[in-house]
Amino acid sequence: MNVVTVQALVLRYLYLYTRTPIRLVELLFWPLVHLLVWGYLTEFLKSHTGDAFPYEITYLIGAVILWDILFRAQQGVAIFFLEDVWSRNLLNVFAAPVTNADYLAATYVVGFLRAAVTSTLLGVLSALLYSFNILQLNWGLLPSIFNLLVFGWGLGMISTALIVRWGPAAETLAWAVPFFIQPFSAVFYPVDTLGKLAWISKMLPCSYVFEGMRKTLKTGEVDWQSIGIATGLNCVLLALAGILFIRVMNVAREKALLTKFASQ
Amino acid sequence: MEPPVLRVSKLTKTFGEVNSVDGVSFAIKKGEILGLLGANGAGKTTAINMVLGIITPTAGRVEVFGEDLHASRVELLRRMNFCSTYTQLPGNLRVWQNLNVFGKLYRVRHLKERIDQVLEMLEISHLKNRVSGELSAGESTRLNLCKALLNKPNLLLLDEPTASLDPDIADKVRKVVRRSRDDEGSTILYTSHNMRDVEEVCDRVVFMHKGRILFVGTPGETLQHFKEESLEEVFIRVARSGEIESDKAGKEAGE
Ligand SMILES: Nc1ncnc2c1ncn2[C@@H]1O[C@H](COP(=O)(O)OP(=O)(O)OP(=O)(O)O)[C@@H](O)[C@H]1O
Ligand SMILES: [Mg+2]
Repeated sequence: MNVVTVQALVLRYLYLYTRTPIRLVELLFWPLVHLLVWGYLTEFLKSHTGDAFPYEITYLIGAVILWDILFRAQQGVAIFFLEDVWSRNLLNVFAAPVTNADYLAATYVVGFLRAAVTSTLLGVLSALLYSFNILQLNWGLLPSIFNLLVFGWGLGMISTALIVRWGPAAETLAWAVPFFIQPFSAVFYPVDTLGKLAWISKMLPCSYVFEGMRKTLKTGEVDWQSIGIATGLNCVLLALAGILFIRVMNVAREKALLTKFASQ
Repeated sequence: MEPPVLRVSKLTKTFGEVNSVDGVSFAIKKGEILGLLGANGAGKTTAINMVLGIITPTAGRVEVFGEDLHASRVELLRRMNFCSTYTQLPGNLRVWQNLNVFGKLYRVRHLKERIDQVLEMLEISHLKNRVSGELSAGESTRLNLCKALLNKPNLLLLDEPTASLDPDIADKVRKVVRRSRDDEGSTILYTSHNMRDVEEVCDRVVFMHKGRILFVGTPGETLQHFKEESLEEVFIRVARSGEIESDKAGKEAGE
């Protein structure tokens, strides 16, 4: 991996945002809408249940913020590739001295930047509007965020692999990947709620992060065990996603998939 | 002895039933401009993409500067560049932004000066701050060429660089291509359907037909071989009757 190459790839992405600021709307709009919906729903429930209000419900706000980190990271990785498809630039990039590692690292940086922008915004707004302080998660917050980022990257690589392999027809599928796993991610409700399907949750690193988050918000203590399991699962996932990506790129070179994209 | 800048040996690419490139071998000496000619579908673009490592050959070998492309692709690509009618630079970036990104990818030294220089060479300095997607087809072809020249590549691959250019600009581009060889030491593989281009620019030509090489030689030798007045006539004859004609021409030449 080469730092200058990664910088150049990221720079191209930053130029996009500075040149067409309207793109920021996409980055900020949906997370904002989610926060408002879940935030006001929580307020409403609170005001109607009085003291009997199950406090866990306020965790929904935290869940929205954390889920968004995962989602932005996944999208950042997938969009990075799609931008080149859309602008017929794919061959220019893949005929340039760029290794798979450079390319993936650049997609991670972009995923990270996207997640950083939205989660900061959501964190501040949730504190201002709903007095929900995401920093309550204290020292558990950093590893939780990091785990969600990594999981998002992994999903992003899988999405990209799908697009490379199956062409633009798989684009919508790639957008949907995070939503396939959302029901099993324990974002808004605990794993136990899933009953017989809980085993699916147990294979997803993000479910441990969300479970851990709820525990921390309740007890004030960081759930290092959940964080540890999530980290372990993420390592496995990232390795598998990396292997998948490299395999798909090799198939793409064999079947001339990259040149097909260029002509579409 | 210095190895050829590019050598392809028995290069083959098969897509299902189709042999897009079928056992093609040729080499380009340092400082040479080689024209790769042939009708639509002859396999020129596929061959170039294999030289860039974007397509993996079914069989055969690509050596650049004497090294196996497969073994040290990224190092070799740093000394190569290409321009193709089939690609564009991102339309949503400004001209200078695009060149800046690719200049960094190719590790161009004194990048700012070099960007100004290539824009000057292709006479589009006035477009530096324009959004790439707003350029006309001919202007964006020239921007593509700027990107291809940025790193003063030792091996430059040009896939129909004059398509969509008006005669005046096409003429200028031919001069730029020669200048990049004469002044910047590039060795060039060049495809074009414009025989005027080829006559003016190429030292040697390779005629391809249905994935195979029919003939290799200087433009003069080609005319002699096919007993025609111009490359255009050779091209049309080859395209219409392919191997049969070439066999005949071969026999005649052998007599
Ligand atoms: N990805 C692919 N899958 C299947 N067939 C392909 C693919 N790419 C090229 N071909 C086939 O290979 C043959 C050679 O195509 P290629 O693009 O190399 O021709 P070319 O000489 O560049 O033609 P043109 O002058 O039209 O650009 C054609 O018959 C084409 O249909
Ligand atoms: Mg072609």
